[in-house]
Amino acid sequence: MNLEKVIFGFFIVLAATLNFGFFVGDIDVAEHHDIYELFAAIVVSLIATVLKFGDRTQIGAVHLSTSLVADLQLITAALAWGYAAHVSAAGLTPEMTARVVSLSGGALFANVVSVIILIAETIMQRR
Amino acid sequence: MTPLPRHHSIFFLIMRRLRAPLILLISIIAISVLGLTLAPGVDDQGNAHRLSFFHALYFMSYTATTIGFGEIPFEFSDQQRLWVLVCIYMSVVGWAYTIATVFALLADRNLRHAIDTQRFLRAVKRLGEPFYLLCGYGETGRLICSALDRLGYRAVVVELDESKAGEIELHSYRADVPALCADASNPEMLKFAGLTHPSCIGVIALTNDDSANLAIAIGARLLAPRIPALCRAESPETAANMASFGTRHIINPFEKFAEYLALALHSPAAWHLLTWLTGLPGTTIERERDPPRGEWILCGHGRFGRMMVQAMDREAVPVTIIDRMPPEQADHRWVQGDGTGAAALEQAGVRRAAGIVAATSNDVDNLSIAVTARELNADLFVIVRQNHYANHALFDAFKADLSVVPSEIIAHECLAVLTTPLLVPFLNEMKGRDDTWCNALLERLTGRFGWEVPAVWSARIDATRAPALTAELQRGRSIALGALLQAPHNRDETLPCEALYLRRKDDSHVVMPEASTTVRVGDELLLVGRPRAHRELEFTLSNEHALTYVLTGRDQPGGWVWEKLARGVRAS
Repeated sequence: MNLEKVIFGFFIVLAATLNFGFFVGDIDVAEHHDIYELFAAIVVSLIATVLKFGDRTQIGAVHLSTSLVADLQLITAALAWGYAAHVSAAGLTPEMTARVVSLSGGALFANVVSVIILIAETIMQRR
Repeated sequence: MTPLPRHHSIFFLIMRRLRAPLILLISIIAISVLGLTLAPGVDDQGNAHRLSFFHALYFMSYTATTIGFGEIPFEFSDQQRLWVLVCIYMSVVGWAYTIATVFALLADRNLRHAIDTQRFLRAVKRLGEPFYLLCGYGETGRLICSALDRLGYRAVVVELDESKAGEIELHSYRADVPALCADASNPEMLKFAGLTHPSCIGVIALTNDDSANLAIAIGARLLAPRIPALCRAESPETAANMASFGTRHIINPFEKFAEYLALALHSPAAWHLLTWLTGLPGTTIERERDPPRGEWILCGHGRFGRMMVQAMDREAVPVTIIDRMPPEQADHRWVQGDGTGAAALEQAGVRRAAGIVAATSNDVDNLSIAVTARELNADLFVIVRQNHYANHALFDAFKADLSVVPSEIIAHECLAVLTTPLLVPFLNEMKGRDDTWCNALLERLTGRFGWEVPAVWSARIDATRAPALTAELQRGRSIALGALLQAPHNRDETLPCEALYLRRKDDSHVVMPEASTTVRVGDELLLVGRPRAHRELEFTLSNEHALTYVLTGRDQPGGWVWEKLARGVRAS
C-alpha cells in the first residue's frame, strides 16, 4: 500500500462527497445548503488540484483539468454567494440560492468525472 | 542535458516542486478563515456577531499579505483577537516557506539549464530565415559569427564551455544569436540546434577537438546530407577520415597557409587578389611586399613547419631547417638549435637568406626568433606563426611581413565557401593563370574599387532570386550581361561592380565574362564590387519596372489603368 496513493484518493473522493453534501436539498432553499460545507468543498478541491500537479501522464493531465473545472465552478459559486449575502440589497433570495447551488452542481459533475478516472486508473493497474 | 519532452512544460515542473508549500498555504488560510467565522464577537450595538466567510476571507487576505486595513466590519472581541494572533504567525511561516522554496527553485542549476534549453529550442524553431549552425565559439567562431552577422545571415551556436556561450549575449550582434551550452559531438544536440531545420543552410564545425569535429561531420552527412558542412581538421588522419564519407569542405589552417605561401611565391598577383577577395568584410587589405624567392630558413619543424617545407619544395625554393630534432628525411640542410639565439641563425645563414618562417608552437619563441633574425638581417622577409589570439598586441607591434593566425585563416576560408560558393572555382581558375593575367586583373579591380575588401556575391538567375529577369528571358528576349549592370535610377551610369565568373546550367563556365555575353535562365554569376551595387542589381533583377527601364530606358507606368492609357497613347 502506497501512502501517497491513499492521500491522493482521499482528497479526490472527499472533494466529491463534500460537494455532493452541499448540493443535495431543494435548490432554492438556503437552509438546505450549509455555507461551511461549500467552504470545505473549495478548500479540499484546491488541495486536490495541487496534489495533481505532479502526475506527468495523459491521465494525470485529464485529472488536473477536471479539478481545475471543479475549482472554477466552486469559486464562482462562492463569489455568487458573497455577492448575494453582502453586496446586493435583496440579500440571499431563492433565485440567488438556486444560482449558487446550480454552480456547485456543475462542480459536482466535474468531481464525479475525477472519481471515475480514479477508479478507471485503479482497475487498469490490476495490482 | 537533454531538453524536456514537449508535453513537460517548465510551468508544471515548477508547480510540482511547489506542491508542499502550496498545500501548506491553502491549509493555513483555510484554517484561519474557518477559525475567524467561528470566533465569537460583538457588533456596535453589543449583540453577538460572527464574521461571515466573505469578511473573514477579506480580513485574512490583507492580514496574511501584511497589508493590514484594520478590524472590519466591527471592532474585534478579545477572543477574535486571540485567534488573529495565531493566524498572523501561521501565515508568516507559510509565506516564508513558500518564498524560500521558490527562490531555491530558481537558483537551481538544473532547472535554469532546462529553462535555457527550452528557450533555445523555441528560438531555433521560430527561425524563419536561413541560418548557419556554428559548433564551437572560440576565436574562429567569434570571427565568423560577427562576419555572418555583418553580412546579414543568422547563426545558431552550440558551445561546450558555459562561459564562452554566455559571452554571446554580451557581444552586441545585430540579430539575436541563439546559443546552447552542450556537446556538439552529440547528434541529438545537433538536431536540437536545428541541423534538420528546413532553414539551416550550412554547418560549421570549429571546435578545438578534432574528434568532435569529425563527429559533427558524420552527423551532418547522415542527418542532413543536402547541407554543406565545413569542418576544421588539424591532423591529416582526421581530414582523410572526413573526406572518406564526403565532407565537402575540410579546412586545415596550416595547409591552407602553406598553399597561400606557395601561391605567393609562385604568383604574387594571384595571392594579392586572393587576400583581397576573401578578406573579412569591412577591413582594408594593406599591400605587403611580395615574399622573395631565394634561400629560406624555417624554425620549428612541427605540423606547420612540415607543410611549409612541402610548399617550398614544390616551388623549388631552398630551405634550411632549424630544429632540436633532425627531420625524418635528410633531404634538407638541418641546423640543430631552436632559432631564438643568434648562433643557430648565423649557422643557418641568416645574413644571406631571403626569408624566415618562425613556425614553433610557442608565441614567445616565435617573436624572439623574428626579432633576432631581423636584427641580423634587416631585409629579411619574416613570417610568424601566431598561436593565440590573446598575443595580438605583441604581433601587431612587431609588424612581421606576414602573420599566420589559424583562426583568421579558417574564418576567411569559411566565409568564402559559405557566402559565395562560386568563389572557390574562380580562385582555382585564377591559380592556374599566369602572373601577368592576375596582375592585370588585380590592377583593374583595385584601381576601380580600392583596397578595401569588396562585396563579393553570387546572383542566380531563376524564378525566385531574379523573377523579373527570368520572366523577360522566358519571353525569348536576348539580354547581354553589360546591359544589366546599369544603375536602375540612371541607366547612363554603370554599377560599381564587375562579373568575375559565370556558370551555365550545363556546367560550362566563362571566366571574366564580357559585357556582350548573353545571360540565360539558370545561370549563376559571381560579382565583385561595392555593397551598393549588390543592392541595386538585386533590385533590377527582381523589379519588372526597374528592369524595363535599365534595358530600354522607358519608364513604365505602374498600375493597370496607367498601363492601358499608355498603350492607347502608343497605339495612336
